[in-house]
Amino acid sequence: MMRLPWFQYQRPASVAEAARMLAAEGPRGMLIAGGTDLLPNMKRRQQTPATLISLSRVEGLKKITNGSGLTLGAGLTLTEVVGTGAVREKYRGLWQAAAQVASPHLRNMGTLGGNLCLDTRCNYYNQNEEWREAIGYCMKKEGKTCWVATASKRCLAVSSTDTAPALIALDAKVRLVSAAGERELALASLYNNDGINYITRKPDEILTEVVLPQLDGWSSTYWKLRRRGSFDFPLLGVAAAARMAPDGSVLEARVVLGAVSSQPLPLAKASEFLVGKKLNDEVIAEAGVLAASRAKPMDNTDLDVYWRKEVVPSFVGYALREIRGDDMRAMRMRISRQAL
Amino acid sequence: MNTALQKVDQRKAHITLRVNGEEVEVSFAPYKTLLEVLREELDLTGTKHGCELGECGACAVLVDGEPLLSCLKLALECDGASIETVEGLAEGPELHPLQAAFSDHGGSQCGYCTPGVLMTAKGLLDREPNPSRERIKEALSGNLCRCTGYQQIVDSVADAARTLRERGVKA
Repeated sequence: MMRLPWFQYQRPASVAEAARMLAAEGPRGMLIAGGTDLLPNMKRRQQTPATLISLSRVEGLKKITNGSGLTLGAGLTLTEVVGTGAVREKYRGLWQAAAQVASPHLRNMGTLGGNLCLDTRCNYYNQNEEWREAIGYCMKKEGKTCWVATASKRCLAVSSTDTAPALIALDAKVRLVSAAGERELALASLYNNDGINYITRKPDEILTEVVLPQLDGWSSTYWKLRRRGSFDFPLLGVAAAARMAPDGSVLEARVVLGAVSSQPLPLAKASEFLVGKKLNDEVIAEAGVLAASRAKPMDNTDLDVYWRKEVVPSFVGYALREIRGDDMRAMRMRISRQAL
Repeated sequence: MNTALQKVDQRKAHITLRVNGEEVEVSFAPYKTLLEVLREELDLTGTKHGCELGECGACAVLVDGEPLLSCLKLALECDGASIETVEGLAEGPELHPLQAAFSDHGGSQCGYCTPGVLMTAKGLLDREPNPSRERIKEALSGNLCRCTGYQQIVDSVADAARTLRERGVKA
């Protein structure tokens, strides 16, 4: 069996105290919230922090504030996010994404902030210590080579968060707090296209809040490809949000892909292409082709890599048809096996 | 809160739990998960050790009424929590209605996933006494079973829900 390694454990009561502890620990320290991503990684010795700073007793990380938009505490569990009426009614793409993360138990434990900071994933990395040792490790941890593409200079591990594409399509910002101060940045800027340095959060920063703008007249959606209707990380995520004129033409749109890169991938061209057009079948098909041209799935997750690229236009199509107002319930049941 | 837990750098951690209604104090190496503490420190081996990575649901228990995976829960973070495990279901020789229904409907074959399924189902029925079949499937979608094909499990939970409603008691 795989046991956790030894670690020091600290349990601060406030964000300020947690930030001080994190600053004092430096790179030896890591935050633990739900633990559903970090603890398996620690069992497999992919991540080996000397100190865990627990957010479980930190005040204020579960706050939900309804103002001109909606502010969600990063410590809300995904189940709590799904159970928030304002998310379900006004930010449907986020609601659908959160409801499709992992399994019910993991959603009861894992947090919104944790899903946004989720470590990137790869078939050559998410293995136990012996397995990784047998191939001489990989670039992401202890090795030099990227086994997905041995000529690659950068790590190609995959961004596997469901909520980040949905939240980027909804133009969300995140608040980061450290002992030195705090900053707010667009969620899209939280990520780098690099499987190792995938996140721009500094090691001493705590992601405390997700800030959603007021989105009157917008609709949003999230579609997820995975082998089973539960457990699995996304093999493709399509998030879309759009604001439409009364005549049905698109005034603003944002389409974001997940799990086809080391970061959530905002699709500027496909999004701009939609503006001023009505979402008829031809426009949707064209947007799907534009989206697929940006998707670069690698052969380091589940299912056939060529097929995963081929289905990008179909999934973009499902998302845009749902935005258009089509009844997608039967297709949703076929694809995700959940009523969303 | 136990101030000794603010910074645990000693070789033994110490917490208080309420396990199946009974208050227990337990000492353990601080890296242990709730699963390891239940099985190794408290000898409650009904909760099963499956994938240990959150991919199977065999270790599911109720923590403060909510189905969680005990293999991914630091025991340190459970100080003061109420834990329910499969050992707490039966009352003396009398099976819990969920257990009786699993027996009647073939909801359990090899039995390895059963404790996790039972506790997850109890968590559901405690909150929703009259779930639809779809809702039962959804609530159990984090529990893998390699024997039954799942239909018998859903039948069992639906039947237990009926029994509990007729008796007018909480699961």
